[in-house]
Amino acid sequence: MAGAITAHLSEKASKRPKHITESPIIRVVLIGIALLFLGLIVLLPLASIFVEAFKKGFEVYVASVTDPDAISALKLTLMTVLIAVPLNTVFGIAAAWAISKFQFRGKNVLITLIDLPFAVSPVISGLIFVLLFGAQGMFGPWLAEHDIKIIFALPGIVLATTFVTFPFIARELIPLMQAQGVQEEEAAASLGAKGWQIFWRVTLPNVKWGLLYGIILCNARAVGEFGAVSVVSGHIRGETNTLPLHIEILYNEYQFSASFAVASLLVLLALVTLIVKSLVEWKSAQQQAEE
Amino acid sequence: MHIEVRGISKNYNGHQAVSDVSFSIERGKLIGLLGPSGGGKSTLLRILAGLESPDAGEIYINGKLVNDVQPQQRGIGFVFQNYALFKHMNVFDNIAFGLTIRKKDKAEIKQRVDELLDLTGLRGFEKRYPHQLSGGQRQRVAFARALAPRPELLLLDEPFAAIDAKVRKELRTWLKQLISTIGITSIFVTHDQDEAVEVADEMLIVQQGRLEQQGTPVSIYTEPKTAFVAGFIGHSTVVEQPTSLRGFELTKLSVGTQAIIRPEFVEVGREQEIAFPSAAAKGTVRHIFFRGAHLELDIQVGDNRVAAHRSLDQEPLQPGEEVSVLIHRLYVVSEQSATMVENPLKVDPLPVHI
Ligand SMILES: Nc1ncnc2c1ncn2[C@@H]1O[C@H](COP(=O)(O)OP(=O)(O)OP(=O)(O)O)[C@@H](O)[C@H]1O
Ligand SMILES: [Mg+2]
Repeated sequence: MAGAITAHLSEKASKRPKHITESPIIRVVLIGIALLFLGLIVLLPLASIFVEAFKKGFEVYVASVTDPDAISALKLTLMTVLIAVPLNTVFGIAAAWAISKFQFRGKNVLITLIDLPFAVSPVISGLIFVLLFGAQGMFGPWLAEHDIKIIFALPGIVLATTFVTFPFIARELIPLMQAQGVQEEEAAASLGAKGWQIFWRVTLPNVKWGLLYGIILCNARAVGEFGAVSVVSGHIRGETNTLPLHIEILYNEYQFSASFAVASLLVLLALVTLIVKSLVEWKSAQQQAEE
Repeated sequence: MHIEVRGISKNYNGHQAVSDVSFSIERGKLIGLLGPSGGGKSTLLRILAGLESPDAGEIYINGKLVNDVQPQQRGIGFVFQNYALFKHMNVFDNIAFGLTIRKKDKAEIKQRVDELLDLTGLRGFEKRYPHQLSGGQRQRVAFARALAPRPELLLLDEPFAAIDAKVRKELRTWLKQLISTIGITSIFVTHDQDEAVEVADEMLIVQQGRLEQQGTPVSIYTEPKTAFVAGFIGHSTVVEQPTSLRGFELTKLSVGTQAIIRPEFVEVGREQEIAFPSAAAKGTVRHIFFRGAHLELDIQVGDNRVAAHRSLDQEPLQPGEEVSVLIHRLYVVSEQSATMVENPLKVDPLPVHI
């Protein structure tokens, strides 16, 4: 499973003979630096979110979390994720399939394009859609004529999110599928399986853990995406605000407790994702150990 | 299933992997496809299975042209060199795959898989996954899986390559018996000539994409048609100047012709041990190799070096010892032919007819 590099951070250190291992003092210092850094940069801010969220008491927390605007932001975020992630799953599988199984013209271009969203700033990603579909954009007049709203509406947010998160699944699957080769598929063909049956019964089951891992990463990013969505959303309260945008607005209005309370929701979503991710990693590591 | 192949060629980016191969195979025969590495054996097999399409030539199965028939419809079972078992399916599902795909009903699938589990001795392993099996067991699963949809032709690409020598021998005996029980036409690839000779009804020798010879193991062994086959089969030594060998001085040869001698054509021993001392030359033992059941001798005779066998029961010879060397026969080979020549000095004063 070459592609699962990202999915497996083995906890086992590579065995190093004594004569090339650092002295105990250096080891302690290195581990100390790593832990201190982690504490300062990751744990402290995370903890402070909850501290700030509950600063004004539990009531305020509940009130901020159940505020209609917060609820609508949560709904919008989930809605966006529910559309963007399946879209990217289909796209990711199709792209990975095409790239790893066929020779065609423009393959390298496709591979480069898949990485594009990682390479450009999210703000630019958002602007692209404004330039295309905004009132002054290329398709703007036509869309206005037909009364279709993309920018400052759900379709724009979904588009921007999809764009920003589309590399995750394809990137995860391509090396996996390439490493898999065609042998099992040829075996399936010689046993009478047609293209579609081969895909469902052989190809997909072989990459299922990698796929799941890609979906989780894609999901995590889709939930938290700020930059691109911020550009296309228009920040209409209760309508086009996703959770990250809602948090920013609350913060800018000096409603610190409320903003941290909503932020804690996002953290909880992230924690759920992390737990699922660990489960998948554990399962796929088990799978790998068996192979 | 009767197979006929006419003028098949396959070119990979300028490299001729198979060139103008024609042969036909009768129903129920077990064919050994033998040749050196890179000779085009796998390519030929893949073309037959429809996994690769030939650049030229026709393939007929039971008299029907199948060039444009998809692998799914050819009714051919393929056993891959690395088995290519479905990693995420257990033994039962692996074997059942070809039937599940055809949407056979559950009871029928179960019955057929059970039958194959018994046939291949895999009963009790149904629930295991491929990674929980030994090489030999995986090999059997691959075999059972290929047989499940009742193909009419079975293709095996080096089925025993990844298995150690002892199990390999057992498996090939098992395979031969099994194939003759089922009576399925089969072609198996190997580059181990012992394996081919032992198992096959008929052999196809392939080299550099060309079919060198087709025939029974005995006929290939005793009547090699080309220089390549004469040199490839058996443990042959090439002799550059055959006319310098005793007994063959008068053999008529065109310039530069070589000869091939197999160890079993050479008799080596002390003078009194040789049946026709007058036909023997003097040689020196250079090396002696222990080969398990016999000894292999490396002998210098004049300017030539030949290999010979000697039984362990005979009196041992020492390296450096002078011995008598009788060459019973040799193959004179030129580019496209091989002819056997008997030693003319070997005339028995009192011929006995058996
Ligand atoms: N897909 C391919 N692309 C390019 N060249 C190939 C391809 N498949 C095979 N060849 C070439 O064709 C020739 C024949 O290959 P093939 O695999 O048929 O040999 P083989 O007789 O099966 O050898 P081995 O005993 O090593 O398996 C080789 O020189 C090989 O390099
Ligand atoms: Mg091969």
